[in-house]
Amino acid sequence: MAAILLIEDDPLVRRGLQLALTRHGHEVRTAEDGETGLRELAGAPPDIVVLDVMLPGIDGFEVCRRIRDSGAVPVIMLTARSDDFDVVHGLAAGADDYVIKPAQPTVLDARIRAVLRRVGVEPDGVLGSGELVINPVAATVSLAGAPVALTPTEFRLLLTLARAPGRVFSRQQLLELVWEHDYLGDSRLVDNCVQRLRAKIEDSARVPEHVQTVRGFGYRFGPG
Amino acid sequence: MAFVLVTGLGAVAATWASAGSARAALLGEAQQRLTGELTARIAAVAAQVSFPPDQGVLERLRAAVGDNTVVSFVDQRAGAGAERAAEALRGGVRERNRLVWQRVDMDGPRLLIGTPVMITGVDGRRMPSGIEVYAVRDLAGTQAQLDELTMAAARTSAIALPLAVLVALLAAGGVLRPVRRVRDTARRLAAGDLDARLPVRGKDELAELAGTVNEMAGSLQHTVAELRRLEADARRFVADVSHELRTPLSTLAAVSEILQGSSAELGPAERESAELAVAATQRLVRLVEELMEVSRFDAGMAQLRVEPVEVGGAIRDCLRARGWLDRVRTELPEPVPARLDRRRLDVILANLVGNALRHGGPPVTVTLRAEAERIEIEVTDRGPGLPESVLPHVFDRFYKADAARSGAEGSGLGLAIARANARLHGGELTAANRQGGGACFRLVLPREAT
Repeated sequence: MAAILLIEDDPLVRRGLQLALTRHGHEVRTAEDGETGLRELAGAPPDIVVLDVMLPGIDGFEVCRRIRDSGAVPVIMLTARSDDFDVVHGLAAGADDYVIKPAQPTVLDARIRAVLRRVGVEPDGVLGSGELVINPVAATVSLAGAPVALTPTEFRLLLTLARAPGRVFSRQQLLELVWEHDYLGDSRLVDNCVQRLRAKIEDSARVPEHVQTVRGFGYRFGPG
Repeated sequence: MAFVLVTGLGAVAATWASAGSARAALLGEAQQRLTGELTARIAAVAAQVSFPPDQGVLERLRAAVGDNTVVSFVDQRAGAGAERAAEALRGGVRERNRLVWQRVDMDGPRLLIGTPVMITGVDGRRMPSGIEVYAVRDLAGTQAQLDELTMAAARTSAIALPLAVLVALLAAGGVLRPVRRVRDTARRLAAGDLDARLPVRGKDELAELAGTVNEMAGSLQHTVAELRRLEADARRFVADVSHELRTPLSTLAAVSEILQGSSAELGPAERESAELAVAATQRLVRLVEELMEVSRFDAGMAQLRVEPVEVGGAIRDCLRARGWLDRVRTELPEPVPARLDRRRLDVILANLVGNALRHGGPPVTVTLRAEAERIEIEVTDRGPGLPESVLPHVFDRFYKADAARSGAEGSGLGLAIARANARLHGGELTAANRQGGGACFRLVLPREAT
């Protein structure tokens, strides 16, 4: 169903996940460290990358950053849950989601499908605010005429907010709408994504023009 | 301060005590002199006294003794100026038949003296003649001396007192300050500052005490450091083991699903084996997750991530996510906004409701009550309840109540984690039995967790 690149250094975990994900209908390629993974990525881009945090050589955070720099391939990080640190850093590095080890393949599969669904393009009219233009059909965003490269998650977050300008969304609502997590949401997922989005579409992240924070509640789209 | 006060009082008391004894000596000497003079004068005249005396004899006797004298015999009297003395002393003189005196303040200090005149009888015995002499003598001279003495004492005090206070302060510095330092150091040690030490100066008892306190602090520090190291080692071991277990578990979790999915193609024994392996793997996964959570709490690494939560909605989300909505009755007033860690609230609820469904009897009820400052969530069931002997231990780690409650599921850490999560919020989780059967777990959380 999807072409997955699994970057995981432990051979048993790698093989186990490969078997399980293949059984869920995916086509799984594997890489045993970050460098190999990035080379694989450059050769034939997969639909999604599943990335272990603890890797020999360059670690998962760095791999994630480089994937982000090179394009819009979504990334799910496999993290050791013990370390909230991993989650925060993984999200800050641009991960679209994270799955806690030991990962149940069913959960991992569900997350992969959810992330991939976000790439889906919907037949809406062009949306915009000021110099920001969002084209839901082509899944592109431009700022003052210049294209802005967003990850699928960032795009979907922006689209969700922009479709209802002025409406306030709670973090939980955004989790359900954008990430399709129906419960146990992690508000950091939302906050980190908003931060990355602002870095790309706002002139000043401290005085945002498009995505506003509503203190104690959530976010809304529109001029402050 | 008390020390200074005591020293000052001591100095004043010493001055006044010496002034007092000097005063007593002076007065004693003056009395001695005056009474001696009186008896001498009486003795000089007494030999020529004829008995019984007539008025002339009395007059002579009075003249010999001096002014301010009364000489009396039965109802005759001679002289003047000592009536008060006669009045005051007559009883004493007659009763005791010897010289009596009294110091009085009568227009200034006066000494009243009264004495019987003794005669020697034919048998050689001395006996009272019935003649009594009363005299008043002035003590003004002595009083002047005394006043001077008092002034001197006051002057001495005035000079000595500041000196004494100064000395007291110096002494306090020498004794009290080191004692205070010992006290402060002991307090710091008690408060956990094991680096607290005392400066050791000199070779006196205080220096010795300081040395002993330092030794004690040193051995305390050593022991505590050792204990902390052992504890940290144990904690790190648990964390490391949990962490290391996760890698093989990832593989097991991945492939056990494949086993589960392909069990239809297996024979009965193989299928049961596969199912057992899958169940054991799932339990192992949970155990490791919970062990890691516990070691995080133990290491003080657990952090609260507070966000606005509508509690009723969060309870429903928790039940819906686990497919419990139609098995659990809820009494949720709405809306109940609070600021909590949503994930930790979910962990607590899932544990309590899961336990009630597994071990308790239906119906399982979740009740939410909101107060101004806090929220209260009760999870109750109508099962057999908890044995009284088990109640105090339900939150202990790995405490298995009895065969009935130690099902195949559950790690024995769930309730310990739930309570730790409640306390992390500044709340509390308690267990009790309901009247009429069934267990009741009561979670109290502040509405504004910090």
